[in-house]
Amino acid sequence: MTDVRGRVKAFLAERDPATTDRLDFLRARFDAGLAWVHFPEGLGGLGLPRAQQELVEAELAAAGAPDNDPRRIGIGLGMAAPTILAFGSDELKQRLLRPLWTGEEVWCQLFSEPGAGSDLAALGTRARRDGDDWLVTGQKVWTSSAHTARWAILVTRTDPDVPKHAGMTYFVCDMTDPGVEVRPLRQITGEAEFNEVFLTDVRIPDAHRLGEVGDGWRVAQTTLMNERVAIGGRSIPREGGMIGVVSDTWRANPDRRTPEAHDRLLKLWVEAEALRLAGIRLRQQLANGAPGPEGSAMKLAFARLAQELSGLELEITDDGLRYDDWTLRRPDMVDFTGRDAGYRYLRAKGNSIEGGTSEILRNIIAERVLGLPSEPRVDKDVAWKDLPK
Amino acid sequence: MSDPNLLTSDVEEALRAGVRELLADKADAATVLGRVESSTPSDLDLWRTLVDLGATSLPIPESLGGQGVSWREAAVVAEELGRAVAPVPFLGTMLATAALLTLSDDPHAQDALKRMASGESVVVLAIPLSGPVDGPLARTVRSVADAGVADQFLVPADGGLHLVEAASVQPVVSLDLTRPVWDVTFDDPGVRLTGSGESAVDSALLAGSALLAAEQVGIAEWCLTTTVAYLKQRYQFGRPVGSFQALKHRLADLWQSIVLARAAALNAADALATSNDDVRVAVAVAQSLCSTVAVRAAEECVQLHGGIGMTWEHPAHLYLKRAKADELALGTPGRHRAALASLVNLPG
Ligand SMILES: Cc1cc2nc3c(=O)[nH]c(=O)nc-3n(C[C@H](O)[C@H](O)[C@H](O)COP(=O)(O)OP(=O)(O)OC[C@H]3O[C@@H](n4cnc5c(N)ncnc54)[C@H](O)[C@@H]3O)c2cc1C
Repeated sequence: MTDVRGRVKAFLAERDPATTDRLDFLRARFDAGLAWVHFPEGLGGLGLPRAQQELVEAELAAAGAPDNDPRRIGIGLGMAAPTILAFGSDELKQRLLRPLWTGEEVWCQLFSEPGAGSDLAALGTRARRDGDDWLVTGQKVWTSSAHTARWAILVTRTDPDVPKHAGMTYFVCDMTDPGVEVRPLRQITGEAEFNEVFLTDVRIPDAHRLGEVGDGWRVAQTTLMNERVAIGGRSIPREGGMIGVVSDTWRANPDRRTPEAHDRLLKLWVEAEALRLAGIRLRQQLANGAPGPEGSAMKLAFARLAQELSGLELEITDDGLRYDDWTLRRPDMVDFTGRDAGYRYLRAKGNSIEGGTSEILRNIIAERVLGLPSEPRVDKDVAWKDLPK
Repeated sequence: MSDPNLLTSDVEEALRAGVRELLADKADAATVLGRVESSTPSDLDLWRTLVDLGATSLPIPESLGGQGVSWREAAVVAEELGRAVAPVPFLGTMLATAALLTLSDDPHAQDALKRMASGESVVVLAIPLSGPVDGPLARTVRSVADAGVADQFLVPADGGLHLVEAASVQPVVSLDLTRPVWDVTFDDPGVRLTGSGESAVDSALLAGSALLAAEQVGIAEWCLTTTVAYLKQRYQFGRPVGSFQALKHRLADLWQSIVLARAAALNAADALATSNDDVRVAVAVAQSLCSTVAVRAAEECVQLHGGIGMTWEHPAHLYLKRAKADELALGTPGRHRAALASLVNLPG
């Protein structure tokens, strides 16, 4: 314990956050192994228990250190990094992890396709071996941040003749390569946070493969598991996030109060507080080294709460019939609290779809947490090419 | 405010294991059902064993013969008793314990706590379990939990608390068979304890509500686990019923709400144990959520067991009755939300 604190102190003694350039500070922090202490030495960490990260964060925050803007680089931090760490070659880890962590390079996730969303293993983007490279062709969709991303995690089909889960391979894709085309996909809020991505004979070196050929499904599971854990990751104060916004709206608008809305608000307040507490508990479990499956409960609860709260907010807002801005823009992150109630109502609809729908999450909880039997499968032993599309 | 400790310690888990083992042995469903149908619905043998184990005197200081630990441990016991719907006078005595602890300068209060810790005496707080407790109490107090096994009562009257023996304790037909209630009448004013009766009752309600929340988590978990086990083995339409997605989703949702309820209940127990400023909010949040979740779990349990769920032999009804009674006890979810509204400045 003291050792980590000592390291942070020594680090701060050398680099005063007040006078050091932000990026220089972040790079140096990575090099000192204080980015994520549970990663190996040389890769931003010190090979220590994950619990000690909180200590590092607290010390650095107290010293006024800049943060690495996890909201904008969420896919990189939450999903790409753990997958690269688990499956990447040493060269790849050395090349990719530092700029990922500092936010210099943004990541996106090329998983979903028009014909393969919940059923990710149905995807058809083809990768064919060509010497030391692979040639990739296909179409991805709903790709958040593809327009700002330097890199992507990508799942492809390498063998159509075996059942779908067995014929997939996972890559790291350079978004600046020829053959990658990103087109904005306008969404319900008017803006284009996500995109369509067309891949035409994109040449990816075999060295950018994560895991074995044909083992892409297992690698993708690592990514998706980390995606779900990432949700409850940050600590928020009471009335933090959406419940705070709505509570303040309530306080500011006595004219719009009704007994029915009051009861709904209080119920949601209670649930938001319990969700916050469940997050604290999850982090305490994680610090003890044994996170339970509660992360999926939190994602499910979070989505429902965000949707109910944002709906209620419109009802108690001074003039909920107005909207702030329908202009097609391509924001580099979701600005949940910077916009008005109408935006929140619409954007929250994505919370139960992105990162796995609430229905799929319920299936996972029922089968993996509660151990209930799976539905009869019709696609298990059929070659991918013979599946109905 | 620093984060509450929402993990259970090894010591708490050891306590849980001990209580659970005892209850598996002495309070399985068939035994509980047989017991509540008899003329002595409370299981005093089981109670005696719990007293000997120290499970009933956890918050009482060592100087008064108790364990001198905290309400966190008491909450662990409450959860296990809820999981077994064990018919023992735990809640009634814990309410009295919490009230007496606020008056522990008084020698009579000390004496009562000592007698409770040793199991020599069962003292129960004479408040109607279904509240609300405001205004002066009548000579007869309706629906007092665990009154049938009490030898003394703590009666709030004239701004104080009186230690009294009852003139009569009348059994009534209770909704909850495993925690029956009784009408109790007092003639004798007994001994008036020094100190404020109001704040003693207030402490008792806070402690009781936090323990109820833990109990409700135990009830909800039993209902979920039992239902999941049944749906895995029950076949209809050539498949285990539990493979139908409509049911899987309901159970996943129930599990999700139990995850939140557990965090809220742990927070209430922790706030009580550390007597922090947040205890009122913590208890209001825990009670309004855990009550609702336990009732839903028990209702789902009955429904998803089909016909068997409606039978007297199957224990589901014991849990439904306890869950619904717990929801009314010490304030309904609506009342706790109303309290919360003023605590967190969300006026109606
Ligand atoms: C805002 C946003 C950002 C996104 N960002 C990305 C990204 O960056 N990268 C990326 O790869 N993807 C991204 N996605 C895509 C997202 O992962 C998919 O939309 C999601 O997995 C659902 O797939 P789908 O849209 O094809 O719906 P479908 O799978 O077609 O589902 C349609 C409906 O059927 C339900 N359903 C499907 N299968 C089942 C089943 N077995 N049981 C019960 N119900 C079922 C679904 O829940 C849904 O309600 C994003 C989506 C959104 C909304």
